[in-house]
Amino acid sequence: MSEPAPPMQQRARSASSIGIDQVSRRFAADAVALDDVSLDIQPGEFFTLLGPSGCGKTTLLRLLAGLDQPDSGLIHIGGRSMQGVPPHRRSVNTVFQSYALFPHRNVRENIRFGLEMQRLSAAEISRRIERTAALIGIDKLLERGIDQLSGGQRQRVALARALVNEPDVLLLDEPLSALDAGLRGRLQIELRRLQRQLGMTFVFVTHDQEEAMVMSDRIAVLNHGRLAQIGTPQAIYEKPADEFVARFMGHENLLPIKKSDATGIETPIGRFSGDFAEGAYLLLPPQSLILHRLDQPAAPDCIEAVVDECLYRGGMTEYRLSCSDWPLVATLANQGRPGPAAGDRVRLEVVTRAAAVLQAEGDG
Amino acid sequence: MPKLARDTQHLLLTVTPGVLCILVFLVLPSLYLMGMAFLTNGPYGLPTLPLSLQAFRELAGFGFLGWSPGNLYTLLRSVWQTLLATLIVTLIAYPAAYYISTRPARWRALMLLAVVVPSWTNQVIRSVGWMNILAPGTPLADFAARLGFIEPQMGLFPSQFAVIIGLVYNFLPFMVLPLYAAFEKLDMAQVEAARDLFASPLSAFRHAVFPQTLPGLMAGVVLVAIPAFGMYVVTELLGGGRSMMIGNLVARQFAQASNWPLGAAGALIMIAVTLIGLKVLRNLGRRLGGDREVVL
Ligand SMILES: Nc1ncnc2c1ncn2[C@@H]1O[C@H](COP(=O)(O)OP(=O)(O)OP(=O)(O)O)[C@@H](O)[C@H]1O
Ligand SMILES: [Mg+2]
Repeated sequence: MSEPAPPMQQRARSASSIGIDQVSRRFAADAVALDDVSLDIQPGEFFTLLGPSGCGKTTLLRLLAGLDQPDSGLIHIGGRSMQGVPPHRRSVNTVFQSYALFPHRNVRENIRFGLEMQRLSAAEISRRIERTAALIGIDKLLERGIDQLSGGQRQRVALARALVNEPDVLLLDEPLSALDAGLRGRLQIELRRLQRQLGMTFVFVTHDQEEAMVMSDRIAVLNHGRLAQIGTPQAIYEKPADEFVARFMGHENLLPIKKSDATGIETPIGRFSGDFAEGAYLLLPPQSLILHRLDQPAAPDCIEAVVDECLYRGGMTEYRLSCSDWPLVATLANQGRPGPAAGDRVRLEVVTRAAAVLQAEGDG
Repeated sequence: MPKLARDTQHLLLTVTPGVLCILVFLVLPSLYLMGMAFLTNGPYGLPTLPLSLQAFRELAGFGFLGWSPGNLYTLLRSVWQTLLATLIVTLIAYPAAYYISTRPARWRALMLLAVVVPSWTNQVIRSVGWMNILAPGTPLADFAARLGFIEPQMGLFPSQFAVIIGLVYNFLPFMVLPLYAAFEKLDMAQVEAARDLFASPLSAFRHAVFPQTLPGLMAGVVLVAIPAFGMYVVTELLGGGRSMMIGNLVARQFAQASNWPLGAAGALIMIAVTLIGLKVLRNLGRRLGGDREVVL
């Protein structure tokens, strides 16, 4: 990582809002890629589409870019209906999941393509290329041919080629998936900073929930072409709308609720008293489970469990437990003291304040 | 060193047939041709010894009656007719190949077959077919006469027009096939990327489609232009005297005029012009293709 890039000029025009209104796209009768999706994206927002493979993320980006048309529904960008507006008349650029670089042009010529098409002056073109290339860390590669690049380098060229245009809306289809952890982390921060600075609207696609949480103002979780939940990273992580969202956000402790009444709920690992909402599952995020060793003084309301496996994760250790034959996952910060080992019996304190009740998949 | 001996033997066995083939069918005839071109034509039409440039002088137009431009015109006409035919073939084949490549899979094979099947028939028969279509009194000829392109009662053949039609018809498949192969594996993602990066449909074609088809196009030009330049049958049957190409000139020296050195000299010139043409094409391909090697 070199010195920080020179500040980009503040944009005069405002970023664009995006309105997606009851949009559906089906490729065949049984292949519905997008099913009645409605969402609004604010100008200058960092908005992330999150979901498993095949849930329709790329399809939605293609509709926004104008490369595909919805079968029904309306799309507005900057308040203007996009019906019949061809891709080259939209201030929207895409970082393609497959990169889609031009093999007959070298790196510099790839990056300059959009600027050429906009007929910018030669001076402005080279100024922008140098700046973007330095920011993305490909300034040493500008004269290379595309076939002389590694996968991660190609991905960065694709990113630079779209970013250099500084459009109102930038669509990024898994733009960091091929990069190593260090570079990825750095570019996550750079992209976020740039997006704020230039005030562009970013629609970011990923299937990595941690990346989504780190980067986004808001996240939309898609499942089989349907909008499963939309909200801030915190809301989605802590209050997932249903089982699908919870599992996709990495939650593993989902306990089916067997019975619920005014004083509490019954789950496979025991009864929890308190005032719980109606729902199908009790979600216990890692921070709601506190591990105690048997020899430590017992807190009230503890349940016993057996350690099946310890997974060392650097800053913390993840414990896979069995509790009344039900699997649970808890974590413990590594603070230099030896923790429980596989086979040990432990006590679990359940902090029901941090727990949430959620619906079965699709009920939300 | 039995292993080395075995390897040598193995090498000899595998390489010898190929080398012999090239020697017998390419190198020796070429040497023979070159030698022949520098012999003198004897009184009874037999090449005889004193080595000379007589054949080349004759080819350049110097004869008993002083200089005549006939042969030079033939050479220029050959180049011109080749270029024209190649251009027309390209203009037809490019959209046709694109069209075929975008049809449903089961239609594609059928349409390609329709393009190729005519070339399974003998060239002579196909040319005679065109003679019948273009002859005086046929609907096409009458129509052309009514439009004032030709005198009434004159057919559309023999003429340069008929030669160009014959060449185009003959070589169309050789352009369609490589272009179809290029269109078949066209990477649409590049086209979409171009459109996304503010390219109008026309610019997207120029910057994202055309470069991808350039190798196919260049292959097609080579496959069409080289044999068209040496064409003999079509010009002989459809052309008449004023559309003669250098292939006819060479053939005439061997078959009728019995001036083998002159024929050989003509053949050498054909080879030279072909090589120059390839060189030009190569440079052109490199210019259009952004410094990539697209031809050969
Ligand atoms: N051109 C097409 N023809 C038919 N089906 C398609 C087409 N494009 C996408 N699909 C289908 O639509 C669904 C959504 O595809 P999409 O590419 O949007 O998924 P995605 O969320 O981007 O997945 P990934 O994370 O794997 O990239 C998939 O089931 C896919 O098979
Ligand atoms: Mg995708």
